[in-house]
Amino acid sequence: MARIVAGVATSHIPAVGAAWDNKKTAEPYWQPVFQGFEPSKEWIAKVKPDVCIVVYNDHMSAFSLEIVPTFAIGCAAEFPIADEGWGPRKVPAVKGHPELASHIVASTVLDEFDITIVNKMEVDHGLTVPLTLMFGQPEEWPCPVIPIAVNVVVYPVPTGHRCYMLGKAIREAVESFDQDLRIVIFGTGGMSHQLQGPRAGLINREFDTRFLDNLTRDPAANVRIPHLEYLREAGSEGIEMVMWLIMRGALDDDVRERYRFYHVPASNTALGHIILENARV
Amino acid sequence: MPLPKEYDDLPGTTVFDADKAREGYHLNMFCMSLMKPENRASFKADERAYLDKWPMTEAQKQAVLKRDWNEMLYLGGNIYFTAKLAATDGLSFQQIAAMMTGKTQPEYAEMMIKGGRPVAGNRSKSEWKNNG
Repeated sequence: MARIVAGVATSHIPAVGAAWDNKKTAEPYWQPVFQGFEPSKEWIAKVKPDVCIVVYNDHMSAFSLEIVPTFAIGCAAEFPIADEGWGPRKVPAVKGHPELASHIVASTVLDEFDITIVNKMEVDHGLTVPLTLMFGQPEEWPCPVIPIAVNVVVYPVPTGHRCYMLGKAIREAVESFDQDLRIVIFGTGGMSHQLQGPRAGLINREFDTRFLDNLTRDPAANVRIPHLEYLREAGSEGIEMVMWLIMRGALDDDVRERYRFYHVPASNTALGHIILENARV
Repeated sequence: MPLPKEYDDLPGTTVFDADKAREGYHLNMFCMSLMKPENRASFKADERAYLDKWPMTEAQKQAVLKRDWNEMLYLGGNIYFTAKLAATDGLSFQQIAAMMTGKTQPEYAEMMIKGGRPVAGNRSKSEWKNNG
């Protein structure tokens, strides 16, 4: 059977991808950011997942306002890299795992999560920046990736509770798949940031730290955070953190915090990153 | 009259909700069209003529022509879309963020390096009023 062995959360700031692509990783502004992911790269090289499930949001690259699915899953064999206005990032195309992805669809829909099937989709920085941070610059990504796109652009976004429960449904789906696969699930986006309006630039280190602490030992506290609290305390784009709760829901109740990294600023954003392993292996 | 919303009290923030998404649909789709180089060229050649091809309100067109980034949000624009207009102008995300906050780009960058805009004093419209 397939099994989720660990969860990774990380911001997916586009400027981080641009810094990597333009070889600015050694510049004083960016050096601490990339340094912060060195232990993570070593960790994932050891874990060697067979598949990564990456929960992220599309930034109006594959989708537009024409169709706004709350939850969507990429079932294609390959996902090309989106051109977000300055040419596609020069990273490998993302290979999918159509069999597991369609199994997750079948299982979660019967579990009452009405997830949208996407058979043709380009992926943007929301998905590729976390891959770069964890895997660097390989010729090919080391394993297939199943993208799960969440609407966090048109408000209201799904509740933290709904996300957490979807995580649990994904876990059940994975565990009823008949191939022996070790899976790492990513929750991306966040942490506190506001990109728009006169209040842009908002950062809340205390909120972020509490969120990271609770993610390990008291996820229920994070699950209860109402939308207004995210908007007020973590900024209008900080609400992306609900995506981390899908990752958390897919793990055991008891997890070990393996690694944490937090850095302000990365462009307009507080960059947060955590690795959680199921305590019972 | 639309019902009051719980997030109306947030200062300096336009929440892109389903109402805004409806009001701003054509404004945002116009911005999205700028992802294609031939459309960018056509827009740059005659902004007004290009805008007139979209069923946007006159106020939305004026906000685009004046590059009033906050007004665009208020009229239903979404930041991920207006950022595509900024890219067409050769502006970085941080440059328009600075413009929306009334700071210069170096002032804004400095604020971020010092830890960003603190949440204290920025939670409610009443706090902004008190501080003038």
